[in-house]
Amino acid sequence: MSASPLLIVENLVKHFPLTPSLVDLLLRREPEVVRAVDGVSFSLARGEVLAIVGESGCGKTTIARTLIGLEEETDGTILFNGQRIGATDRRTLAGLIPLESGAVGTREQQTLPRMSLKHLRQHAQMIFQDPYESLNPRATIFEIVAEPLLVHGLLRKREERIARVKSALEDAGLRPAEDYFLRYPHELSGGQRQRVVIAGAMVLEPELLIADEPVSMLDVSIRAEILNLLKDLQKKRAVGIVFITHDLGTVAYFADRLAVMYLGRIVESGPTAEVLKNPQHPYTKALLSVVPVPNPRLRRERIILQGETPNPLNLPGGCRFHPRCPVAMEACKQSDPTYVRVAEGHEAACLLAQPVTSS
Amino acid sequence: MAESALLRVRNLNTEFLIPDQGAARALEDISFDVHPGETLGLVGESGCGKTTALMSILRLLPANARISGQVFFKGVDLMTLPEKEMRAYRWRELAIVFQGAMNALNPVMRVGEQIREAITLHRLMPTREAEVRVGELLELVGIPKERGAQYPFQYSGGMRQRAMIAMALACSPSILFADEPTTALDVMVQAQVLELLNDIQQRLGLAIVLVTHDLGVVAEMCDTVVVMYGGKVAEYGPVDVIFNDPQHPYTQKLLESFPDLNEPTEVLASIPGTPPRLTEIPPGCRFEPRCHVCINRCKTESPPLLRVGESHLAACHLLVDKL
Repeated sequence: MSASPLLIVENLVKHFPLTPSLVDLLLRREPEVVRAVDGVSFSLARGEVLAIVGESGCGKTTIARTLIGLEEETDGTILFNGQRIGATDRRTLAGLIPLESGAVGTREQQTLPRMSLKHLRQHAQMIFQDPYESLNPRATIFEIVAEPLLVHGLLRKREERIARVKSALEDAGLRPAEDYFLRYPHELSGGQRQRVVIAGAMVLEPELLIADEPVSMLDVSIRAEILNLLKDLQKKRAVGIVFITHDLGTVAYFADRLAVMYLGRIVESGPTAEVLKNPQHPYTKALLSVVPVPNPRLRRERIILQGETPNPLNLPGGCRFHPRCPVAMEACKQSDPTYVRVAEGHEAACLLAQPVTSS
Repeated sequence: MAESALLRVRNLNTEFLIPDQGAARALEDISFDVHPGETLGLVGESGCGKTTALMSILRLLPANARISGQVFFKGVDLMTLPEKEMRAYRWRELAIVFQGAMNALNPVMRVGEQIREAITLHRLMPTREAEVRVGELLELVGIPKERGAQYPFQYSGGMRQRAMIAMALACSPSILFADEPTTALDVMVQAQVLELLNDIQQRLGLAIVLVTHDLGVVAEMCDTVVVMYGGKVAEYGPVDVIFNDPQHPYTQKLLESFPDLNEPTEVLASIPGTPPRLTEIPPGCRFEPRCHVCINRCKTESPPLLRVGESHLAACHLLVDKL
């Protein structure tokens, strides 16, 4: 991490206000908010893979959507290549003075800030979970992969465009690329479709790729191919990848660093091997213990947390994990733990975590 | 095979007649045994016939399916029974937890009522007693019985899956078929559901047939494993042998392609290509087009299931020389 990081996220907050009921309106109650992401900070170096792991509803997809500008963050800063790309910053970039209230009035004001999103999305691309739904069924593979180039007005010459689409498809493992140009998504298998999605994301040669559960819809034997492909692209092109998943097995293979999320916060983060070997947060320990191991000789004691992730509408006080924590103490109900450095680059937010002795 | 088997499936074949395309051979010569109290895993990729095998056994397939072969349940061949008698077996003896519990529950009916319906339909007990039984069943799967009055949308994914299991247990079956019971659930909820299945099995002593594509789940749960590929049994044996001494190249590759948390590797093994289309099945071994060790014979001749160890069977030509 010698050069400046590709992506820095500081104290990112995304709250979704609920539509207040009539009674609430009449009583002038504060509108309730779902705290999907509640103060998350991380950074990503060029060519690095950061995995964000957690259960459904922990806010990992909201982070991805906020990074790419599909959601506007409530608070916090996102620096991409040293440039602020948050929602308010985008408005400023577009020549708009951000409104005091954060709300935007006219239609013109709503559409204008999106123009600077275009700049962001040329350099940061997203791969969605479901390759069956993220491809236009009525467009040919060539049209799908070439569309980002048209949108961004790149490679205006037809020959150049064809060459770029061809190389993108071939890099994604669809060879010979010409055979796929005129085919439609329904003619392809799930693995091939996900390759088309990857080709479409890589055709702009982005620096950042956000992959939201890119293999969870695929069969095991195909999953490995797609993971190998992503890893290959990351090495060859030095693309930074934010990899969002709930599958720790995949993470162990794929990611350089790991961030474990629980209820809108990162509870533990660090180099993958280090976190997996030496988990400090009880939630990480529990998650690790329930990952099925493909070896019947290694059946072991699992830490099964009862119940489910609490509703992010009314978060528990103190440490937000304490109601489900197997080792919770009285103090956990009172204070929200801060990050403790447990090893080089390895942090955990738990009162029980042992800080590294300063050397 | 041993007489003690609860369910004996013998040479089960299922074809689907498709207009203009002929027949899709979804299952070919499937045979396996389920013993009392055992957990059998049916593993394979999408489209390998796992679900079709379950549905064939329960005779729940659409009208264009042609099933042949025998399925003996406690000595009775289910395939020869008239439909009316078959209904006496379904749910009372052979219950199923359908895939996608999210969508398998009736959204406009209270969960408790849906479970009660399963009991009263089979005329097991009067309605009033059934009410009590519903409460017991819900508690058994870890749902407070008051929540039986709620609708499925008020349940989380894990709870819906639990409700499905409660419904399947309504008539105290001997065998519980579970079709991908944990797919689409989070790891923690998955662990809870698997623990519940284990717990119920120990308390009620039933046999479980678990259909899944997740080898990790199989390793955690099953005693015996049937690995299926393209509608055929590729390998069949005790779980320890399948995972630690796999003989079929498909099983070997499948295991290598599964990322292991304990031993992360640099490159994951992958199986190039895709499973065969069931309407265009290769003449020889069905795995031959994707196999890394195939020989000439594989192209023309389909390998028989060979006995490679005690209660360990595998279908591969290469194993002939090893015998």
